[in-house]
Amino acid sequence: MRPLTEEETSTLFQKLSKYIGENIQLLVDRPDGTYCFRLHKDRVYYVSEKILKLAVNISRENLVSLGTCFGKFTKTQKFRLHITALDYLAPYAKHKVWVKPGAEQSFLYGNHVLKSGLGRITENTNQYQGLVVYSMADVPLGFGVAAKSTQDCRKVDPMAIVVFHQGDIGEYVRHEDTLI
Amino acid sequence: MGRKLDPTKKERRGPGRKARKQKGAETELAKFLPPVDDESGKRLSSRARKRAAKRRSESAGAPETKKLSPSPKPLTKDAVQPSGKKGLKASGLKTGSQALFVPAKGKKRPAPPHSDEEEDSEDSDSGNEGGSWPSMDSEDDDMVDDYGVASEEESDEDDELLPIEKAAQKQRAQEAETLSQWSSEDTDEEEEEVEHSPQPKFKNDDEENEDLQINLDKDEKFVLPSGKEIEEESAQAPDLQSVHQRIQDIVGVLRDFGAQREEGRSRTEYLSRLRKDLATYYSYGDFLIGKIMDIFPLSELVEFLEANEVPRPITLRTNTLKTRRRDLAQALINRGVNLDPLGKWSKTGLVVYDSSVPIGATPEYLAGHYILQGASSMLPVIALAPQEHERILDMCCAPGGKTSYIAQLMKNTGVILANDANADRLKSVVGNLHRLGVTNTIISHDDGRHFPKVVGGFDRVLLDAPCSGTGIISKDPSVKTNKDDKDIKRCAHIQKELLLSAIDSVNAASKTGGYIVYCTCSITVEENECVVEYALKKRNVRLVPTGLDFGQEGFTHFRERRFHPTLRSTRRFYPHTHNMDGFFIAKFKKFSNAIPQSKTSDAVANPTDSTDSRLTNGLSATKAQGVPQPKVSPKLHKTKKVGKAKVQQLGAAGIKAQQQPTKKKTLFQNGKSVHKGPRTPTARTPSSSHRPPRKKQKAQS
Repeated sequence: MRPLTEEETSTLFQKLSKYIGENIQLLVDRPDGTYCFRLHKDRVYYVSEKILKLAVNISRENLVSLGTCFGKFTKTQKFRLHITALDYLAPYAKHKVWVKPGAEQSFLYGNHVLKSGLGRITENTNQYQGLVVYSMADVPLGFGVAAKSTQDCRKVDPMAIVVFHQGDIGEYVRHEDTLI
Repeated sequence: MGRKLDPTKKERRGPGRKARKQKGAETELAKFLPPVDDESGKRLSSRARKRAAKRRSESAGAPETKKLSPSPKPLTKDAVQPSGKKGLKASGLKTGSQALFVPAKGKKRPAPPHSDEEEDSEDSDSGNEGGSWPSMDSEDDDMVDDYGVASEEESDEDDELLPIEKAAQKQRAQEAETLSQWSSEDTDEEEEEVEHSPQPKFKNDDEENEDLQINLDKDEKFVLPSGKEIEEESAQAPDLQSVHQRIQDIVGVLRDFGAQREEGRSRTEYLSRLRKDLATYYSYGDFLIGKIMDIFPLSELVEFLEANEVPRPITLRTNTLKTRRRDLAQALINRGVNLDPLGKWSKTGLVVYDSSVPIGATPEYLAGHYILQGASSMLPVIALAPQEHERILDMCCAPGGKTSYIAQLMKNTGVILANDANADRLKSVVGNLHRLGVTNTIISHDDGRHFPKVVGGFDRVLLDAPCSGTGIISKDPSVKTNKDDKDIKRCAHIQKELLLSAIDSVNAASKTGGYIVYCTCSITVEENECVVEYALKKRNVRLVPTGLDFGQEGFTHFRERRFHPTLRSTRRFYPHTHNMDGFFIAKFKKFSNAIPQSKTSDAVANPTDSTDSRLTNGLSATKAQGVPQPKVSPKLHKTKKVGKAKVQQLGAAGIKAQQQPTKKKTLFQNGKSVHKGPRTPTARTPSSSHRPPRKKQKAQS
């Protein structure tokens, strides 16, 4: 387990800012203590420092996970965000999408969101903006990327994709083995 | 005017429809209620009452001689019903013996055999009958009705039987007689002797009309099958019905052994027969059924086995980090799930009766609002009672239900170290903890026995030890057959080691903690009370109340073993009493971080006095040194190493000593508290680490 290098940190923050903008600061400086990111076996973990102190005692091959896993770095040093980070993205999300109950199940199976399933979308969302997807009951379902800007969404036909699926909570059941 | 017609007293006459209308309550009831002057103080059946009423009304009016014509009709009706409304008259044989049809006596049918016996039985059995047809009897003594009952044969009693009733009695008597005839021809299999004892008169109609087979056994004694029968049975495929019946019979006999036993058969024979039958019927291996029979009294035994055939209800626990139970229940009900709160002992549990959607895949589940968890798995965490900002160790955490419960009770503060030895099951821990939004946990993959060397000083430790699984047979029926003695012993051994490690990982000086909760999903005494007793002897811990106000207390004695009286504060849960998986929970409080040295514990049990004195000298010297002991990780092989060291020192005596440990080890694992003599040395591995310092001292002394 080691702290992130500069490039890794910048890659990570770039990715995160796509979804939560400048609220990253809130992730690091929290009222209940300082939190930090650590890298362990190519995965990025978000832990508070108190936990970190205990975790350093565990040897590298025995440590499986600590705090919350945000995602992992691929072999080519790109950062891939995991659904396990949703709890931290959702409260700080800048742009949100609400999905109708009928399309909820389809999104949870890994499909993209069509115009017919779109309930609400925050104003002035640009194209390819990172989004957090909610159900109509304000339960975060996952995140994605806007396929169309908000204005375009109004104009487009019902079968067109409006949100590209990137992660959803159904993966807890579908991809249980690869979460680790 | 002059007419006497009173419209209120209009008498209806004639065969018309309206002629049969009811006359009013008083007149109707007079038919059924017995008049005061009726001589019979005994209960009458409804037909008897009707007859009595009619008799009274007939005798009040003109006696008619037309009774013969209507009589066949009620008679035929009576014939259809067996013992029916005669209750009191039932012969000593119950109506169970209907297997055979024996023709009734009479001129129209061939005379049945044993007619004498019937008459005797009939005479003895004819009780008081509520009604008869006195006019008929008085008229024609030689008349025989359709059922061949000559009226001469009526009894001397006051009330007489209807001919059909007499015929029915005779028929029953004949049937019973023939049955007993046949049964004496048969082999001894499942013999029920037919007894002609008169039935107590207070049997009521309901019992007569019940399933005819059941009551047959009450009078007849159950007889164990003979050797020949057992061989025959083992040759064929087991007939589960008869095995089940035999199980019930034997349980009945054993319940009232003095009265119901068969002469010459001992209690052990009944018990061994029961054991084999239970094993056959419920598909258990012989070892496990024996263990279960040791633990449960007869009254609970079959209930426990039956409960293991049925799955426990699905329960789930609300994740209070993300939602409230009320809101979750509402959301699930809207999805079509039928649920209820779990019980007043749980503020977060819900029990699911049925569901139209898969309960493990709802959006609420995926959002981490709840986790499917057995009710008994919630109990150890309630017993542990973790406080906020504490350091908790969960030694065997997979699949993470208890860990997440601890985290939610601590509200994501403090630190939890969740450890498991199985890497595959750890994936589910990671998944569950992330899904439920637990952020204060470190997940590690290590053997639990390596703690506290890895890291120690925890406030509380939860040890849900790997066990034989005899409490969750309903979830995994393969446990019935694949567990045997060495599995239990192996489990017990690992559990003892883990528990000692868990105790050593706790900081007794913790301000808010110092507690260890040990739990298993097993019901055997070797894995539960024995392990707890071992820990009490080896470490400075004591048992404290778990905080669970329901559940059965743990055993303080079991067969030949005796346990510490504080074991009453441990709790046992069973599927048949609590409707949750079999479970055992014990809560320890550590009151000192020191690891106690028992006097002869390190000593190889050595006959020579000199070595003993040397050892005790050595021991006292180490004690004088000061107590904080090095962290110990009990490993069994250490004894062998030390044994060799002893050989070097002690020569011949050491050899003897080395041989003794292995023998004593097995004895130790079998039953601890029997040996009050020299303490067995071998399994006390933790203190073996003290031998090296003592060696030096012996050199000095």
